[in-house]
Amino acid sequence: MRIARLVLLAGLVPAAPLPAFAGTASVAVAANFTEAAKEIAAAFAKETDHEVQLSFGATGALYAQVTQGAPFQVFLAADDARPALAVTEGYGVEGSVFTYAVGKLALYSASADVTGGEAALKTETFDKIAIANPETAPYGAAAVEVMEKLGVYEVLKTKIVQGQSIAQAFQFVETGNAELGFVALAQVVNATGGSRWDVPQDLYEPIRQDAVLLKTGADDPAATAFVDFLKTDEAKAIIAKYGYGIDAGA
Amino acid sequence: MDFDGEIGGAIVLTLQLATVTTLLLLLLGIPLGWWLARSKSGAKEIVGTLVSLPIVLPPTVLGFYLLVALGPDGLGGLFGVRTFAFTFEGLVFGSVVFSLPFAVQPIRDAFEAAGERPFEVAATLRASPLDAFLSVGLPLARPGILTGAVLGFAHTVGEFGVVLMIGGNIPGETKVLSIAIFDFVETLRWREAHILSAGMLVFAFAVILTVSVIDRRARRARAGA
Repeated sequence: MRIARLVLLAGLVPAAPLPAFAGTASVAVAANFTEAAKEIAAAFAKETDHEVQLSFGATGALYAQVTQGAPFQVFLAADDARPALAVTEGYGVEGSVFTYAVGKLALYSASADVTGGEAALKTETFDKIAIANPETAPYGAAAVEVMEKLGVYEVLKTKIVQGQSIAQAFQFVETGNAELGFVALAQVVNATGGSRWDVPQDLYEPIRQDAVLLKTGADDPAATAFVDFLKTDEAKAIIAKYGYGIDAGA
Repeated sequence: MDFDGEIGGAIVLTLQLATVTTLLLLLLGIPLGWWLARSKSGAKEIVGTLVSLPIVLPPTVLGFYLLVALGPDGLGGLFGVRTFAFTFEGLVFGSVVFSLPFAVQPIRDAFEAAGERPFEVAATLRASPLDAFLSVGLPLARPGILTGAVLGFAHTVGEFGVVLMIGGNIPGETKVLSIAIFDFVETLRWREAHILSAGMLVFAFAVILTVSVIDRRARRARAGA
């Protein structure tokens, strides 16, 4: 504040007061939704004059922070369990939970050809396969489910390395430390290099990513406006562009 | 009670990692500390600075560089194993780099505190440099070496950022205590997180107390000498 005043006094910038209603929404975002969230936030800022401050992390870690008073107003989780839990535990606003995206899983490799999917998993010519921590990340749980359905989980078990979030699993593959890995389609859908196999939906339960308005943001115009914006066609188009499904159960 | 493999395994693995790391730290740190204390070479401050870098660098910087250095374009590729990340050996390598300053600094200080005099005397008595190092230097620096070992061990036990970035969370291989705590917190299993965290708290207290006691005894011995 003091610095801002000094700058104004010095006449370095023209005094351009912000519109009185503009605020900043603080949003916690599951790691897999990073890129889409940035684009949505930019579109939202343009549309409404509100700003958005995004904090990225693993859904489990973010939720643990929420329960300990983290100043988030909106929570975009990677699953539908944490937002529901937020409401039952009294951190979320009742009735505010909705599915903003349906996550898709992809098998991805920076170097090897994995377009064959199931066949690639069964060649076993690789040392390490990266997944997100199945205990904390829905994409990790989905990856385990896929391997189990394909009957390769027992064999591959010893080759699994876990990232704390889907972002780290992707990073293990991208740096070549793991030859392949299960990542979020959103992370690789717009990538140029590497090869990927879009895992058929019948191999895993849909990853419903729910959003919830937290009580800290219940009366905040910026936070509620952001939640509403997520439901607009403009936001949905961005979400779809990043390889997510839109409707619940899709 | 959840004292199954999950908690026990993480504790055992952490102790193994810290023990192996400490032995390597001593093997590396004693000659290095000696050289840093006694060399007249101009390169010495450069080497000393390199060794001390991990004190200032965020663990994420080390973790990132290690991930690349251990991977297919680094050591892993060189040895034809693809990567050393996600292995116990990889963690040992990372831990040695990360904890080196904490072991080297007290050892270097101890050799420096001994001063020139004992070694001049040893030389007059026709002791070879190796002989002087073994029978004069080492005994004089013993408290410093002990402190270095304790701090190196403790710092390895307390490591988190580097392991998070190169570990891959493999039970029995890379899932150490600090990572297990992180997982417990994330999955809202705070009971287990509390057990391990309280244990770490007691451990850290004991370590610092031990170092202080060693330090005080060394100073008293020196004053008495």
